[in-house]
Amino acid sequence: MLTCKEASRLVSESLDRSLDLRERLSLKVHLMMCTGCTQFNRQMTHLRKLTKQYAAGAFTEAADEAKPPPAP
Amino acid sequence: MRLGDAEDGTRAASPLGSSAQITALRRDMLRFAQLQLRDRGLAEDAVQEAIASALANAERFAGQAAFKTWVFGILRNKIVDLLRQGTRTVPLSSLMGDQDEEAGDTALDALFKASGHWNPQTRPKTWRDPDDALSNKQFWAVFEACLDHLPAKVARVFMMREMLDFETAEICAQLGITTSNCHVILHRARLGLRACLEGHWFAPGEHPTC
Repeated sequence: MLTCKEASRLVSESLDRSLDLRERLSLKVHLMMCTGCTQFNRQMTHLRKLTKQYAAGAFTEAADEAKPPPAP
Repeated sequence: MRLGDAEDGTRAASPLGSSAQITALRRDMLRFAQLQLRDRGLAEDAVQEAIASALANAERFAGQAAFKTWVFGILRNKIVDLLRQGTRTVPLSSLMGDQDEEAGDTALDALFKASGHWNPQTRPKTWRDPDDALSNKQFWAVFEACLDHLPAKVARVFMMREMLDFETAEICAQLGITTSNCHVILHRARLGLRACLEGHWFAPGEHPTC
């Protein structure tokens, strides 16, 4: 039985390498029973997406949108 | 000044925006490059080259958003090249000592109980819509502050992996660390960033220790 520390490590490593069958199964079983790690797993998807957007310059466009309208 | 207005007030066909907008873009690009390279001179050169290259191809862009996406792509490629050459970039060994390693381990352990399960305060919560964050200026300020809060070595490995699309094997080879160490560092980075973003943006006030 995985601990949350181990499960979160496997979630993280799944973003960097293919997990083997045993790792995939034990993670799946853990996620079915653990809401914290299920949230962690979802958040990792969001974190990756947000980080990619940051690196594509999304933060500069956001800054532009937040500026007051130009003076006439 | 409106999008496309030139300095003398005439409407320019350029999709790059006014000189004020280009100045703002350059400043943002410089911050991004410096975060990756940790060398002001290198960062300035990379940004200068990326902008020059983009200006030379300005007519290819239908609007400023497309231009930004493209110019950041060029900048990322330049940063990747510089990190691969590694001649003037700050070496990883100088970014972090053994004491930081130990502090990192302690910080990681604090997230979990002795049993290896989440501490109630640090257990991940439901996040409000992450897509709303994308176009929010304040969110990106929090994001940068959270990145900045990571130990330098942890941030370097995370950014190489997630912003510059290095494969883990190349990161390990470049930085002279083992694969398992690389995975430990990435795990630590993700745990740290998620806790910071949750505490300061996605579910603020829900756990008192963050």
